[in-house]
Amino acid sequence: MAIRTFIEAIREGMGDELRRDPAVIILGEDVGKKGGVFLATDGLWAEFGDDRVIDTPLTESMIVGASIGAALNGLRPIAEIQFADFIFPAFNQILSEAARMRYRTVGGATVPMVIRAPYGGGVHGALYHSQSIEAFFTHVPGLKVVIPSTPYDAKGLLRSAVRDEDPVLYLEHKKMYRSVRGEVPDGEYTVPLGRAVVRRPGRQLTVIAYGLMVHYALEAAERVAGEGIDCEVVDLRTLRPLDRETLLGSVRKTGKCLVAYEDNRFMGYGAEIAAIVAEEAFDYLDGPVSRIAGPDTPAMPYNHILEDWFMLSPAKIADAIRKLAAY
Amino acid sequence: MTSELAAAAGLADADLVAMYRTLALARALDERMWVLNRSGRAPFVISGQGHEGAQVGIAWPLRRDHDWVAPFYRSIATCLAVGMTPRELMLAQYAKADDPSSGGRQMPGHYGHVGRHVVSVSSPVATQILHAVGIALAAKIRGLDQVAVAIMGEGSSNQGDVHEALNFAGIHKLPFVFVVENNGYAISVPWERELSVRDVASRAAGYGMPGVIVDGTDVLGCYRASRDAVERARSGGGPTLIEAKVTRLTGHSSDDQQTKYRSEADLEEGRTHDPLPIFREQLRVAGLLDASIEGVLAAEISALVEDATAFAEAAAEPDPASGVDHVYGDPAANEPPPPWQPARGSVADRVIS
Repeated sequence: MAIRTFIEAIREGMGDELRRDPAVIILGEDVGKKGGVFLATDGLWAEFGDDRVIDTPLTESMIVGASIGAALNGLRPIAEIQFADFIFPAFNQILSEAARMRYRTVGGATVPMVIRAPYGGGVHGALYHSQSIEAFFTHVPGLKVVIPSTPYDAKGLLRSAVRDEDPVLYLEHKKMYRSVRGEVPDGEYTVPLGRAVVRRPGRQLTVIAYGLMVHYALEAAERVAGEGIDCEVVDLRTLRPLDRETLLGSVRKTGKCLVAYEDNRFMGYGAEIAAIVAEEAFDYLDGPVSRIAGPDTPAMPYNHILEDWFMLSPAKIADAIRKLAAY
Repeated sequence: MTSELAAAAGLADADLVAMYRTLALARALDERMWVLNRSGRAPFVISGQGHEGAQVGIAWPLRRDHDWVAPFYRSIATCLAVGMTPRELMLAQYAKADDPSSGGRQMPGHYGHVGRHVVSVSSPVATQILHAVGIALAAKIRGLDQVAVAIMGEGSSNQGDVHEALNFAGIHKLPFVFVVENNGYAISVPWERELSVRDVASRAAGYGMPGVIVDGTDVLGCYRASRDAVERARSGGGPTLIEAKVTRLTGHSSDDQQTKYRSEADLEEGRTHDPLPIFREQLRVAGLLDASIEGVLAAEISALVEDATAFAEAAAEPDPASGVDHVYGDPAANEPPPPWQPARGSVADRVIS
């Protein structure tokens, strides 16, 4: 097995799918000769050419809307939104069109497409290059939402997303692109959508996380382990459809649940997790379902002190674990 | 012996009669839909009356089940012209389970047909232009020899998606035709308040494509413009914008009373642009219609409307349990949230014990 960075795994996943299936195309801003602003598509234009790797104008609604049409006519587009913060001009196309096409045609027309978007902060990206957007989109039935946390999963989930018959929003934490490395098999493998994984087994408290927060939660779990707090860390990997079994199984075992998410706390994805745990595992709980999340400011500020104040960290998660463990 | 009228359009006489029949059938179905609405049997109707001449003329050059249309909520005659049946359109009006457009999930007028390559209509306007452009992109990449047509009103044409779509279609010379059925009103707002230019077609220049204006009462003029645009698109010449000047003979929908914002003189003037009597007269003059042929056609159309109405009226309603179907392709992902149940006894049980 080779060691790959997170972004290398994503790039390999796209390359493999482009090679495997001539129906797969990529379109987005700067995805061609430049290879994307993060170099996620680096080298793909040279290998697959203008028809398969298409530079678009600065038109997010078009990138998604034309991908919907291309999917209706037999292609499997991978649409890149340069930063998740810029996805909102395409919100109508995603919500009203991509996610509803199957439902409103009673299964007659489907939209197999992937929308890739780098999200997340801690990279000095300020208000418009740091945002977490999952809460807006996990609210949408008909859309699948994936957030990988390891290079292995990034490649395996991307392949599954490309092969899926429904639209998939595939969010990549940009801070992980080059900072996270891991083993990635050379051959064919996939990671199924809709399956969470326990990253660290533990007995006393469950931390639910996804994306970068999985790594922070694992680090926090190590920190408190020395204090005698034994945490289990669940990596959701697919936010919708949600793997309730793994999530509830863990909480029923540990009796305590902390949800860690980088997004604004109010109405964030963790609120739904908390509600599900409260409804379906109430009798097993030994403490309040808790959330550690970003502050309810409009977005992440630029200045490094302010950014650190906004961002979750292993230390902040460890504090939240201690507080809940002591309940 | 082909009539001069047909010969000038490069069509056979039978084609012209078939076009007229489609136009008249669309009108008759549309009128029946209003009757159903006003008699309390259909909560909503949205109409194509006044647009049908342009719709039939423009749809006629398309290759059925091969080319694509992304229509809008007035496209009743377009849908008939590309092969949807009166029964199918009436099933949509009644929102019955077997409605091929949406199985009764969408409001009437939101047509779609997978086999006929009619892209499902939604209510947020102008989104379909991007789907048609994407379909055209796929056709070009896959070498499918297809043309994609997006159709909407001039009101919808102001949406940002239109700008993004036309720009992209122009850059890549996609096999795409953009049709604007300009009836002068966006619900209640007259064109002077919704367009900064007199003609939507003049905007085509900004996207590197021809903009063509046609009179929506001139069915064969619409046909010729569409035929040229479709041929141009299919042969790699790139997209065309066709603006058809039409009239809206009804309110925006069954929930709109257009006398509130349109003068009687305006409405009267609009009625002079009804394509149905104009095309009929044209065919009479050409010797293609007479009282006898019209009588046969009228009886045939009447029977089709009666049949479609009775068929849709008697058709099964959707099963409420089917409401959760087709959210995702993977049935396991479609499961609705389970109703709330305590996992182990109830809170009350625990308190008592």
